[in-house]
Amino acid sequence: MKQTRSIRLGAGAGFAGDRIDPARELAMSGELDYLIFECLGERTVAAGQSRKLRDPAAGYDPLLLARMRAVLPHTLASKTTVVTNSGAANPLGASKRIAQLIPEIFQGRPVRIATVTGDDVLEAVKATDPVVWETGRPVSQHTEPLVSANAYIGAEAVTPALAQDPDIIIAGRLADPSLYLAPLMYEFGWENGDHDLLGAGTVVGHLLECAGQLTGGYYADPVTKPVPNMDRLGFPFADVNNDGTAVFGKLEDSGGILTTRTCSEQLLYEVGNPAAYLTPDVTADFSAVNFKQVAPERVAASGGRGSRRPEQLKVTLGYRGGWSGEGQITYAGPRAFERADLAGTIVKKRLTDIHGIPTEDIHVEFIGAGAAFRGLDLDKNAREVRLRVTAQVGTEEEAEIVGWEVESLYTNGPAGGGGARKSHSEILSIRSCLIPRDLVPTEVHMTEVK
Amino acid sequence: MEESSTRTSVDELADVRTGDKADTLILSVFPRTASDYEFLRQHLTESKVADHFGSASHQAVTRVLMPELPGIVFQLPGVLGGGVTGSPTLDGHGKTLSYHLLSLKLP
Repeated sequence: MKQTRSIRLGAGAGFAGDRIDPARELAMSGELDYLIFECLGERTVAAGQSRKLRDPAAGYDPLLLARMRAVLPHTLASKTTVVTNSGAANPLGASKRIAQLIPEIFQGRPVRIATVTGDDVLEAVKATDPVVWETGRPVSQHTEPLVSANAYIGAEAVTPALAQDPDIIIAGRLADPSLYLAPLMYEFGWENGDHDLLGAGTVVGHLLECAGQLTGGYYADPVTKPVPNMDRLGFPFADVNNDGTAVFGKLEDSGGILTTRTCSEQLLYEVGNPAAYLTPDVTADFSAVNFKQVAPERVAASGGRGSRRPEQLKVTLGYRGGWSGEGQITYAGPRAFERADLAGTIVKKRLTDIHGIPTEDIHVEFIGAGAAFRGLDLDKNAREVRLRVTAQVGTEEEAEIVGWEVESLYTNGPAGGGGARKSHSEILSIRSCLIPRDLVPTEVHMTEVK
Repeated sequence: MEESSTRTSVDELADVRTGDKADTLILSVFPRTASDYEFLRQHLTESKVADHFGSASHQAVTRVLMPELPGIVFQLPGVLGGGVTGSPTLDGHGKTLSYHLLSLKLP
């Protein structure tokens, strides 16, 4: 434990596919204590497990190396600690690969890499057979193969790693806000019983964890909410005080905006009950959070609170769910919708009658005529309609048939169909369950690259 | 386009951000002024939102008021239709659906 008054946390990524250059800019001139990369969604970790089954060296975030190559020369020089959950399904494999990269990009002193493991609870889940939320049945009573089970581990899995002077910390299914809370707990000496401080730190983590979504991304509307220079959207950082209050900012020459409204929108993003936001660390209460614009592009946050953390940890289960096949084709001009509708009917009939795919497994959408709103606001007068047909099937071969049947509309379907595209992919279905904390022991592995 | 001098769309009073948790759609509404908040608190009810999202929202819609922010959070369970293998819908997360709420006319 150190006794610091204020530390600066930077957001390096908000999802696995995020941009890299904003993180490099923060690493270069953000004067950060920590640079944090949140790169794991429910589906991402299961997809990682699936890749690891085919190649034991794989399973971590495919962009991890590119991210590290961009930021490490700067963070290692400035002693900024990198923390990430991009280890995904293979944190040890990720650390090994980063260790190989280090000599190429940095010399001068040994580099310390900490790996946090323990979130992979597949064996424990199989042994304890908990009830799956979505189906109400125990894990063992599902016919689809279970390929992954990863528990959301919290900040306390990371603080022992922080105590070992790491340059980089790689974890797997570390909960998003916990990535940010861990350095705060370590630097300020916050304990598991400091519920209000953990709640306040979770507010900071929740606001930063989606990176650009705090600075105008997922917010901008050119008419009602214009945001400047989005092509160079700056990722946010926060100066966090040891009482849990914080001031959020972004680099001066970066694009985007940081206002009380961008902060308010992100505070309530993906939060069902703002008075009880459950994380592995705390039950956070956002209802008294207050934002104040203290300078241009600077917003102060206070009022985060918390109460006791949940007894059990949430687990993401990944099941192999067969294959998905897809085809798309466009119709435009007079009667575009009618022709797309006819095309959809033809494909559906052929998929069922000729290929034996059950009609309830086929899904038809009309892009441009209300597909996004799921038919709630259908526009049959749209000037351009793109038919999208998907089907969920058992095998890759069946999945390929779906796109093929859409493509064959070129010469066999309604007039003026163009731009057909087809694709198929394996389905990983995601479900959830709970597991007692004592079945999820975590461990820190230190490596030093000399 | 529907013409009405007495009805206002949510678009004129607030911004909306969508989030998802499994097959629950979360709509967070951010009124632009204190009077907009008061108007929406009064008129943007659970049942209005449930009706606007049609048959997909037959499970109970919940609403949480955040007067200090100000904000209003709706949870619409079941709307995203995760089913057994996840939604086949193009926008499975429902990220576009915030803009569907903006078209709702009140009162």
